[in-house]
Amino acid sequence: MSSLTMRPCGDFRTSYKQDNTIFETKNIKHVAIIAIAFLCAAPYLVDAYYLTLFIQISYLGIAALGLNILVGYTGQISLGHGAFFGFGAFASAWLNISFGIPVLLCIPLAGFLTMGVGMVFGLPASRIKGLYLAIATLAAQFILEDFFARADWFSGGSAGSSADPINLFGFAFDTDESFFYVALFALVFMYIWGCNLMRSREGRAFIAVRDHYLSAEIMGIKLNKYRLLSFGVSSFYAGIGGALYAHYLGYVSAEGFTLFMSIQFLAMIIIGGLGSIKGTLMGVVFMVFLPEALEGGVGLMKMTEWGNIPMVVDGLAYIKEMAIGLVIILFLIFEPEGMAHRWGQIKNYWKFYPFSY
Amino acid sequence: MNFELLTQLIVNGLIVGLLYGVVGMCFVLVYKSTQIVNFAQGEFLLIGAWICWALLIYLELPFIVGFLLTMVFMAVFGILLQMIVLRPMIGEPIISVIMVTIGLSIFFQALMKWIFGVSAQSFPKVFETESIQILGLNIEVAYLMSTVIALIIMVAFYLFFKYSKYGLAMRATAFDQQIAQSLGISVKQVFAMSWGIAATVSATAGVVIAMVSGVSSSLSMMGIKVFPAVILGGLDSIVGAIVGGLIIGVLENVAEFFDSQYLQIGNMYDIAPFYVLLIILWFKPYGLFGTKDIERI
Repeated sequence: MSSLTMRPCGDFRTSYKQDNTIFETKNIKHVAIIAIAFLCAAPYLVDAYYLTLFIQISYLGIAALGLNILVGYTGQISLGHGAFFGFGAFASAWLNISFGIPVLLCIPLAGFLTMGVGMVFGLPASRIKGLYLAIATLAAQFILEDFFARADWFSGGSAGSSADPINLFGFAFDTDESFFYVALFALVFMYIWGCNLMRSREGRAFIAVRDHYLSAEIMGIKLNKYRLLSFGVSSFYAGIGGALYAHYLGYVSAEGFTLFMSIQFLAMIIIGGLGSIKGTLMGVVFMVFLPEALEGGVGLMKMTEWGNIPMVVDGLAYIKEMAIGLVIILFLIFEPEGMAHRWGQIKNYWKFYPFSY
Repeated sequence: MNFELLTQLIVNGLIVGLLYGVVGMCFVLVYKSTQIVNFAQGEFLLIGAWICWALLIYLELPFIVGFLLTMVFMAVFGILLQMIVLRPMIGEPIISVIMVTIGLSIFFQALMKWIFGVSAQSFPKVFETESIQILGLNIEVAYLMSTVIALIIMVAFYLFFKYSKYGLAMRATAFDQQIAQSLGISVKQVFAMSWGIAATVSATAGVVIAMVSGVSSSLSMMGIKVFPAVILGGLDSIVGAIVGGLIIGVLENVAEFFDSQYLQIGNMYDIAPFYVLLIILWFKPYGLFGTKDIERI
């Protein structure tokens, strides 16, 4: 999809279709398939701790991809993604408890409900852009947060609501090992869907709106329609991610879905690379491992003679938050195109290794 | 209907609204001259209040000295922030710029929590009497002082932009950066100055609020509450910021009144401004006094 990376010698494209494949070369495709096959075997190979991390990556990754479609591909800004994620979580639990719909069906339904809510809040998006939109979605974040805390019938109010595990033909996915497969399937499915969306007419329209919306409008792309659609798709992804989160944890409480979470989603896509599907996943992995790495680092420091500073050890929670802020700033100043771009550069460097001209 | 309570709330709303206006003014100042939306505005209030608190408690300075030292610190802080973090962002797309200020806001919020803890601390007493009666209404002296300070700041802003050389340079830069630069105005200096002023003035507001209700991390919410006010007034209008601030200040108190008396929904004080914000954006995105963007290809 990107022409930045160099193609191997002799790999010429003769049709538009060839130029538009999901995987750029056959090798990349094979690597991806092998990676997924390896991941399928992961529950038997790695520690349960890494499985929980992977599950976290998968539900956050799905939601982050939605945000990247909105921000990276359509050029809109959303500061309310965390609230939409939460709405998906509550909606799925609510549908399951109140109407007895099977969980497996609840997840996509929650996605569609979130899509509806997202589009209501996205309505101003058809008229405003940039900064005004950022502030409108900020309002959405606070209004939804308030709604979660208040609507007892929907979210269980301050007590939160419980969510049943996913159940397929009598088999409950209630352990980390079994849920891992659900998470993996959802992640692969949603990412392939995202790739395909971006190759379709709608996806190209999104990119046109981002690159120059006036020209896009002149060329016959309905701005209102595509901006709103982008909001819808993005909230749909957030809803699916949130629903998976709910059924994984088995319990949803209103406190988690704050502005900070929305900012974390934005941080993921900025670190990974705006407008890059591969980058989204990189950013999510980075953001999931960052706090773990900090914890590990402080744990090591505690063991040494000189490093056992009580202020650092006690302030770990704040250091994690600060690190997120700092990482956002540093990436924007030094690598605004994100890890996906840096990855391409590193690949090119090694491809031409001794003769880099 | 309880008229006494309502008038009391409206007066409170006007006083708080004036402070919103002051913070909003700083926001508009930064936006106009540097085209940066500052999501870290609330942290300026927070940092200013904590620094002043630390100076008064740990060094036991008299209030005026501590207050002035805080101002000096914040001016330097704002200028350094602009030079180190925001200068490289000139010319970047709007999402990057917004995200940098959001990153700053997270960073400083966590830093302040780390250094000073999460629990609210009360300010040492500055005035002898807590509150006085004016026309039968209870008004806290600190609020009275905040009103006076807010009015002084507003007049100072007006005079600064009208008569001083630097104020004119800033207005010229806000009008057109390239023309200003070709006329010999140092745009870099103007950018740094506007951040310095914004940080200092916001910190003043922070200290004033902290004197009434104590210092805690919730102070940074002011930075977010300012958005409804600024959008209502129009993003690039200083007068609009003040009017918007007053309207939002009164509105949240009136919403609180109707909520507690009749509706019983709860939490309207915090949420009402955001509903208003959404409605404004639906119908009048450029606010009351803002200039509408006209775009050419």
